[in-house]
Amino acid sequence: MSKTITIDGKIIPFEDGQTIMDAAMAAGVYIPHLCHQPEFTPHGSCKLCTVNVNGRNCTACTFPAIDGQEVLNETQELIDDRKKITQMLFVEGNHFCPSCEKTGNCQLQGVAYHLNMLDNHFPLFYPDRKVDASHTEVMIDHNRCIFCTLCVRASQQKDGKDVFAISGRGIDKHLIVNAQSGLLKDTDLNVTDHACAVCPTGAILIKRTGYQVPIGQRIYDHKQIDQVSLATEQHKHGE
Amino acid sequence: MKQFIQCIAENNQHQSTHLLKMLREIQDRYHYIPKDAIEQLSELLNIPRTQIISVVEFYSFFHLSPRGKYELLISDSITDHMLGKKNLLDYLAKILSVTVGEVREDGLVSLGNASCTGMCDQGPAGLVNGYALTRLDQPACDQIAALINQQKPLVEWPSELFQVDDNIYKSGLLLNQPYVQGAALRAMIDRGIKATLAEVDGSGLRGRGGAGFKTATKWKFCSEEPQTERYVVCNADEGEPGTFKDRVLLNSYTDQVFEGMAVCAAIIGARQGFLYLRGEYLHLHDKLERILEQRRQNGLLGTNIMGVGLDFDIEICLGAGAYICGEESALIESLEGKAGIPRNRPPYPVTQGYLGKPTVVNNVETFLAATGIAVNGGDWFASIGTEKSKGTKILSISGDCARPGIYEYPFGITVQTILNDCGAVDVLGIQVGGPSGTFISNQEFERKLAFEDLATGGSFIIFNSSRDILDMVNNFTHFFAHESCGFCTPCRVGTALLKKQLAKIVDGHGSAGDVVALEELCQLVKNHSHCGLGQTAANPILTTLERYPDLYHSRLKEISFEPGFDLDGALATARRLANRDDAGAHLAQTESEHE
Ligand SMILES: Cc1cc2nc3c(=O)[nH]c(=O)nc-3n(C[C@H](O)[C@H](O)[C@H](O)COP(=O)(O)O)c2cc1C
Ligand code: SF4
Ligand code: FES
Repeated sequence: MSKTITIDGKIIPFEDGQTIMDAAMAAGVYIPHLCHQPEFTPHGSCKLCTVNVNGRNCTACTFPAIDGQEVLNETQELIDDRKKITQMLFVEGNHFCPSCEKTGNCQLQGVAYHLNMLDNHFPLFYPDRKVDASHTEVMIDHNRCIFCTLCVRASQQKDGKDVFAISGRGIDKHLIVNAQSGLLKDTDLNVTDHACAVCPTGAILIKRTGYQVPIGQRIYDHKQIDQVSLATEQHKHGE
Repeated sequence: MKQFIQCIAENNQHQSTHLLKMLREIQDRYHYIPKDAIEQLSELLNIPRTQIISVVEFYSFFHLSPRGKYELLISDSITDHMLGKKNLLDYLAKILSVTVGEVREDGLVSLGNASCTGMCDQGPAGLVNGYALTRLDQPACDQIAALINQQKPLVEWPSELFQVDDNIYKSGLLLNQPYVQGAALRAMIDRGIKATLAEVDGSGLRGRGGAGFKTATKWKFCSEEPQTERYVVCNADEGEPGTFKDRVLLNSYTDQVFEGMAVCAAIIGARQGFLYLRGEYLHLHDKLERILEQRRQNGLLGTNIMGVGLDFDIEICLGAGAYICGEESALIESLEGKAGIPRNRPPYPVTQGYLGKPTVVNNVETFLAATGIAVNGGDWFASIGTEKSKGTKILSISGDCARPGIYEYPFGITVQTILNDCGAVDVLGIQVGGPSGTFISNQEFERKLAFEDLATGGSFIIFNSSRDILDMVNNFTHFFAHESCGFCTPCRVGTALLKKQLAKIVDGHGSAGDVVALEELCQLVKNHSHCGLGQTAANPILTTLERYPDLYHSRLKEISFEPGFDLDGALATARRLANRDDAGAHLAQTESEHE
């Protein structure tokens, strides 16, 4: 007998070593997530993937699937809370979607659409953050960073480098790059690195590729993030 | 500098696990961590510079830009405030001609705030270059200012400034227990290791750090792990505001604590232990090292302990100003030379702790109790206390009472008895268990201290009726926002939002929906945060809102909606420029305000 968990009553098989997220995605059940991508070691920090397991809130992308778990995913309470967590990410940074090159392709925006987020709910922080446009081919707009560490992990785990890191504590957290000058141009980042392509928001952008796809024809202009996510990630979670 | 850094790296065998120790030496010498030092260390330790920078920027006691040659920090605990901290800080700023949070132009002195330094029984307290200052008052400040301006080295400062008293007012089972060095190890060897674990089990001892996990069970799990390289860690981070009993235990019951660690090591099969000492207790460091050395010489530490082939040694690691490092997995990260960010669990430390090896983390008091139990047996301990909470609890009592200090009570003691003993009158309420615990009102003094009623790591802060509860709540809420590690969204952003939302209400800008919004936010932070810090950060608001809803509602404006934008506030600059403050220079937010 293979082992199973249930998610919102639906029976989901899993193998030892899989997280709740792995099992769910492999079975075609979407759990909202931002800091997680199946290729990288799970981080568990954005907390968008929070599910309720046997009465306790757990982080689906890091919590192991265990035989017989009863998982709640799409309850109104969890949906509301995930929306508020998304709103927290919006107010913490400076996210001006209409003027952002990533609009329509942004996962933060995609998740917000999915959760039916219609306002910021919380007061905006308006933090003073910088743009690093020093590199000839890649730029960082710190205003849009949500500290998911995907670029940190991609650089370490796929590119075999150490270009990015998260520094600071609490609300002063920020992305730093590995150069004596502190500038992206002095790192060993290459535009073909995976780290350049993994940012869920518009914080890391590749120069001179902007607006090639017109606004209105972009990913989340037409599809919900759950469909997109399952289509691109489902097979990877099965691995 | 090159040679200095080279030397530090060599002394630490180029081990990046010792990064905090190395940074501490650099900070000590240069009063910041210079860029060049980071570059050089990165090469010597073969780690990316970003790893070093992220550690420097995480801990409060490390700085990327120069602090004063004398770095003066004043404790921001609520108890320090109750003893006049604010005025004292302003006074220091004035006499030293330095702005709070900044360095004086000549670079000689900097002044700032520190989270609770663990001296609540003898505040207002502070730190100068890491060393604890106690009982600060105006004359002491004058003296300090003079010493700084004369550039007197700290060793020449009068010792009264640094005097730290134990203030033990009530001793019980543990604090009264006579002790002979090595007695617990002897008893364990005579009884047998398995039988000693059975005694710890039979004692019913539960962890004293707050969570109350059964100690014997933790040790047993660890001893059964397949990996044989295992570690013992004594958690002396004691960062919960209002807690200072571990400071006293380390000062006056040192041997018993180390011996408890050795007993644990024998039971779980560990050869290496660590004492993670909060940076604020730097004053204890040399004494602790001396006692370790003495134990080595007496054959109680090192190789072949007591001639029975046990090998075990203890290393002291100093923290650097981060409350989160009291959380056991963050503590382990810190021991490994990293920022103190709590790990994902499972795996728990007992299976994958320090360097991924099975590790037991226990509180100072837990090890002290283990020593007593190893000597006297489990029944000795279990015969005292309640059904679910065996033994005694050592409390740190501070705030409005005649005799703040250390009190040991059997579990099950009522709050009223404690208040009588420490001389507290006209009491409004008590914060039990520190900011992460519970606020109880004066209607609840028959409640009992025990895991099944009022659980506590030992912090017990008393407020009399002259105090404003919202000042306290505000202080605690700021504390959590300051100490949030920032890893997870609900706590990183949530604690910052709690600060804003609370201020909005306390400052009288709140309207009808704002208390509800505050409570919703509290629940979100509590239910979704990654670790105990975020999960308890809203407790000060939640526990007082439950008891004193009117207190919050009385601060609200009589309008149903308060705009996020303060019209009148926005005109302040214009008024200042125009040098006007007449009625015409003010704008009302609502029609009713005009009337
Ligand atoms: C934010 C936070 C801070 C903590 N601080 C301490 C501390 O200073 N000392 C301590 O012993 N335990 C502290 N703990 C509890 C530890 O994680 C751990 O449970 C404890 O050290 C285990 O020891 P015990 O079983 O002997 O209590 C803290 C927990 C959290 C979540
Ligand atoms: S709850 Fe707070 S302290 Fe704990 S991991 Fe999250 S951000 Fe860090
Ligand atoms: S996706 Fe699981 S915490 Fe971010």
